[in-house]
Amino acid sequence: MAILVDENTKVLIQGITGSFGGRHAKLSLDYGTKVVAGVTPGKGGQKFEDTVPIFDTVSQAANEMGATVSAIFVPPPFAADAILEAVDAGLDLVVCITEGIPVMDMMKVRAAMEGSKTRLIGPNCPGLVTPGRGENSYGGCRIGIAPGYIHKRGNVGVVSRSGTLTYEAVWQLSALGLGQSTCVGIGGDPINGTSHLDVLKMFNDDPETEAIIMIGEIGGSAEEEAAAWAAENCKKPIAGFIAGATAPPGRRMGHAGAIISGGQGTAEAKKAAMRAAGIAVAETPAEMGSTLKAALG
Amino acid sequence: MNIHEYQAKELFDKFNVPSPKGKVASSAEEAKVAAEELGGSNLVVKAQVHAGGRGKGTFKNGFQGGVHLVNSAAEAGDIAGKMIGEVLVTHQTGEDGRLVRKVLIAQSVDIAKEYYLAILIDRDSRAPVIVVSTEGGVNIEEVAEKTPEKILNENIHPLLGLQPYQVRKLSAALGFEGDQAKAFGKLLGALYKLFISCDCSMVEVNPLVVTTDGQVLALDAKFDFDDNALYRHPDIAAMRDPEEEDPREVEASKFDLNYIGLDGNIACLVNGAGLAMSTMDIIKHYGGEPANFLDVGGGATKEQVTNAFKIILGDPKVEGILVNIFGGIMDCNVIAEGIVAACQEVSLDLPLVVRLEGNNVAAGKKTLAESGVALITGDDLADAAEKVVKAIAA
Repeated sequence: MAILVDENTKVLIQGITGSFGGRHAKLSLDYGTKVVAGVTPGKGGQKFEDTVPIFDTVSQAANEMGATVSAIFVPPPFAADAILEAVDAGLDLVVCITEGIPVMDMMKVRAAMEGSKTRLIGPNCPGLVTPGRGENSYGGCRIGIAPGYIHKRGNVGVVSRSGTLTYEAVWQLSALGLGQSTCVGIGGDPINGTSHLDVLKMFNDDPETEAIIMIGEIGGSAEEEAAAWAAENCKKPIAGFIAGATAPPGRRMGHAGAIISGGQGTAEAKKAAMRAAGIAVAETPAEMGSTLKAALG
Repeated sequence: MNIHEYQAKELFDKFNVPSPKGKVASSAEEAKVAAEELGGSNLVVKAQVHAGGRGKGTFKNGFQGGVHLVNSAAEAGDIAGKMIGEVLVTHQTGEDGRLVRKVLIAQSVDIAKEYYLAILIDRDSRAPVIVVSTEGGVNIEEVAEKTPEKILNENIHPLLGLQPYQVRKLSAALGFEGDQAKAFGKLLGALYKLFISCDCSMVEVNPLVVTTDGQVLALDAKFDFDDNALYRHPDIAAMRDPEEEDPREVEASKFDLNYIGLDGNIACLVNGAGLAMSTMDIIKHYGGEPANFLDVGGGATKEQVTNAFKIILGDPKVEGILVNIFGGIMDCNVIAEGIVAACQEVSLDLPLVVRLEGNNVAAGKKTLAESGVALITGDDLADAAEKVVKAIAA
């Protein structure tokens, strides 16, 4: 099972002819992911790596190649339009990797998506991976920029706001022999498509997922909301970590959404909310995997 | 990004947000001319720095106060002369203070009542929210804590924008009637337009005032802009004043490095914002103090790593360095080569602990080991953090 995507998911890539999009499209193909189409306006009819057909519009790519999921790699000024195009094409899932989209653009995109069937993950996220069952997890579904080979197919669901910190957690899990069902990076922007809570609910309903790691960071209150829900509703053990305990207030720590403002969104408050919800909180980022292992008993 | 008060005033004028008339001056002579043009009496001279507490601040030359009332053009020039080119210390500047390069000369108004008005992006509701209070001119966070009933929040639909009924609702909440309600409505409409048009993340008017002659004016303003949107506002991006920023941060931004200076003595260099924050946290966990946040990004180049080292070493407080790279896609060997090149170029003589993990890590570790550079290898994140803390204590 896993959540959102599996080895049969057909993926299209918006911005496949850019250097960033192209590089990661290639890595996904190498991982065994079914990248069936690319979209670059004005380059319809060409082919990527001599195999993947390129279309001018998302609708064409989805209709002709059967893609249900899009990964977006287009530059910030064009990213909101790219998301809306994918939503208009009726895709199930849109994963926006692009970093640096103006917050007002995302505010409008989310409002415009109200009532649509499409789920958005990101923006400013590493994407998601459902590991495959081959060597180095080959044969899985890799959408975005995460290193595929560090994964291992298994039963731990991972949800996080950041990229490399997620890879660190996955690395620790795989080293401990704990495989993953799906790893989801929801992104570091203040307004995003999918929250920690959304992903927790999916993991809770997924029969393959037996335990969950939730990684958060300073800013906003998404981790607190997810923890409050988990306390009442989650049937599975959860381990957590919050980055930014030493971050000074009022400063954006790399991610646009990672800021303590007006005393709100501190790591301490988030950790306290998680502990109160029965989540096992790792004291340091080096102990994310071992904390989950201990929680499994 | 922050801007100066005189720049905020320029934006107010451009968007027809009523505020007291004012002019900026860079010298005593300019201040005198500006004061004459503004009527010559009942004026205020304000030092322009990005810090609060100016009125109660002290200049290093002994002159008291960064905000003065004056009643003649000559007096305005005299006061401006005592501020410009001098360093003002306030409770927000730290003891180093800030060099005043410009002053704002503005008409002083007689205040009948003060209010609070702000517009910001509310991440929970994913919409702009307008915040008003009858308690103006004071710290709004204190009002929110002690008398939350005196604050009204009104969410604005991102696609519909500010609606007339919302203006009436906010106006009524502040107790405005008749001409004042109309004037407030006009001001709020103009301010909302400014907020949206300029991709602000926050604009705070504190205080909004009603004058004794019945005008509704924005007396002071604090702006924050969405850095991600500056590409479409070159005029606002040009308002950035690097003199008001940490020079290390200005330098880092030239190389697309995300650097934030802190007060500790262990510098860190990390790829990715989440991992960079976590690295600071684990340094603290093992008893050290991080000197900075530094994210070199997902696809750091050799040049970026070298420049990152230079910026770190420009901080005299730094006594040791922790490099933590999780090379997912990035080749660890490329990073290792970057570290070696940087150490040789800057002739590093501080303890350096390197933790490399990920893609092609064996080759990376070999490069480090064979380089002859004196560095300590961390086996994992915890080991690396422990080692750098110990290396400094030694």
